[in-house]
Amino acid sequence: MTAQPTDIATYNFAYLDEQTKRMIRRAILKGIAIPGYQVPFASREMPMPYGWGTGGVQVTASIIGPDDVLKVIDQGADDTTNAVSIRAFFKKVANVAVTTETAKATIIQTRHRIPEHPLSAGQVLVYQVPIPEPLRFLEPRETETRKMHALEEYGLIHVKLYEDIAKHGRIATTYAYPVKVEGRYVMDPSPTPKFDNPKMHRSPALQLFGAGREKRIYALPPFTDVVSLDFEDHPFEVQTFDQPCALCAAENVYLDEVILDDHGGHMFVCSDTDHCEKRREQGHRGHLAPEIPLALEKTEPAQ
Amino acid sequence: MTDEPLLRVSALSKFYGSRVGCEDVTFDLWPGEVLAVVGESGSGKTTLLNCLSTRLLPSSGTASYRMRDRQFRELYRMSEAERRFLMRTDWGFVHQNPADGLRMTVSAGANVGERLMAVGDRHYGKIRATAVDWLSRVEIDEDRIDDEPRAFSGGMRQRLQIARNLVTGPRLVFMDEPTGGLDVSVQARLLDLLRGLVTDLGLAAIVVTHDLAVARLLSQRMMVMKDGRVVESGLTDRVLDDPRAPYTQLLVSSILQV
Repeated sequence: MTAQPTDIATYNFAYLDEQTKRMIRRAILKGIAIPGYQVPFASREMPMPYGWGTGGVQVTASIIGPDDVLKVIDQGADDTTNAVSIRAFFKKVANVAVTTETAKATIIQTRHRIPEHPLSAGQVLVYQVPIPEPLRFLEPRETETRKMHALEEYGLIHVKLYEDIAKHGRIATTYAYPVKVEGRYVMDPSPTPKFDNPKMHRSPALQLFGAGREKRIYALPPFTDVVSLDFEDHPFEVQTFDQPCALCAAENVYLDEVILDDHGGHMFVCSDTDHCEKRREQGHRGHLAPEIPLALEKTEPAQ
Repeated sequence: MTDEPLLRVSALSKFYGSRVGCEDVTFDLWPGEVLAVVGESGSGKTTLLNCLSTRLLPSSGTASYRMRDRQFRELYRMSEAERRFLMRTDWGFVHQNPADGLRMTVSAGANVGERLMAVGDRHYGKIRATAVDWLSRVEIDEDRIDDEPRAFSGGMRQRLQIARNLVTGPRLVFMDEPTGGLDVSVQARLLDLLRGLVTDLGLAAIVVTHDLAVARLLSQRMMVMKDGRVVESGLTDRVLDDPRAPYTQLLVSSILQV
């Protein structure tokens, strides 16, 4: 990576030094070679607290180039603190173009959602992962969980699903729903709603997962089989919503509940803000949509 | 009984540095046979049990196990994956403290079902039906199936641990002081239950205990250990009624008479 002509000479391109990026790229390559396997890496201190996406930021910093277009979402939204801050961070330290449009982005860093707009070949989805180990809450010993992955001993993950059915009559896990990758490794898809699990299956985009505090990177190369675990008599199902988005009338998308007042008023709207705005531009109207369309932030080119 | 033993142990020794864990232990275990290992604490009983169940690797000696395909396999030459597979299918291990052998934070039903799910059972209804069946066999009420073992008494926990181990139909069960820490009436019922299950299922078992009464009730054969060595072995009734080694005589005569 060549140095960029910029007035922020105090930082290397994309914040991390080149040795660190090489180390992280090696971990990413290993992760891609063994889909679903958690590769340890020497996670660095980032200028943000753990739990705010230090893993995702390190992965993004290691793969981003001057020609990339970056989109950052937090629970599907482009306009929340975490998303705005990380987008501003890379605009400053890498001087890359940023966008809120899914289709225009080459790298999408995400916290807990997969965009509704289908991803295409050449795009990279970077997940921020809090706890990469799907067996962690059942088996606290790292030595033991590593051994279980190595020996493919995955009975325990079904114990969790069994407990769900015994307690709730159905599999009540709604996010961080465990998946099996290429028939081998059981993987935590990060706390995305299970609604998004089918989107991971054979996705044409490269999917990278970074856990900064836990110092693990894992990956799904394009067109990887990702199967959500279940029982024969309790098959995997995604959430369904009994009403469309209140703003854009979209159906079969993931909705967030938004509280409107202190009298119990609420509405369900798309969690993917870009998707919702696109639909409203196209003239779709939900029952609570404002009359005048919003002026929306779009792509900002690099300076 | 068949004409071949299930487990062949030859000159097994385990040293912790210069200290002796157990030394030069040799015996055969036959299908359906219950062998008791007795001796005072520190005599190497638990070390021997841990070596046999491959939880510890011995310093020297061999142990071979007759697999379901009738071939003898050297335990300490198996890969870890094979040993762990054996451990959760063909073997069972009943710990003295049930908390070591149970998952205390998942329900009783899931505790029993875990081994089934580990060997690939993926039908919730069938797993649950098997769990209900096994809970009734160890005298735990069906309506406790969704309770966590934390809410169980010591005796119930121990019975649950037994059910969890036997659900995959093992051929060999290791027990480390299975009645330790239980009061005598609970002990008696647990022993009765164990004796019934062992007979019904044709299990072979190696029971480590310091309680000669447990050995007398459960086992056909016993080994007496002292300072890591086997000082006497033979049919349980013979050893207890006619002890030959001076240490065994001391042990038998030390039993409190009520």
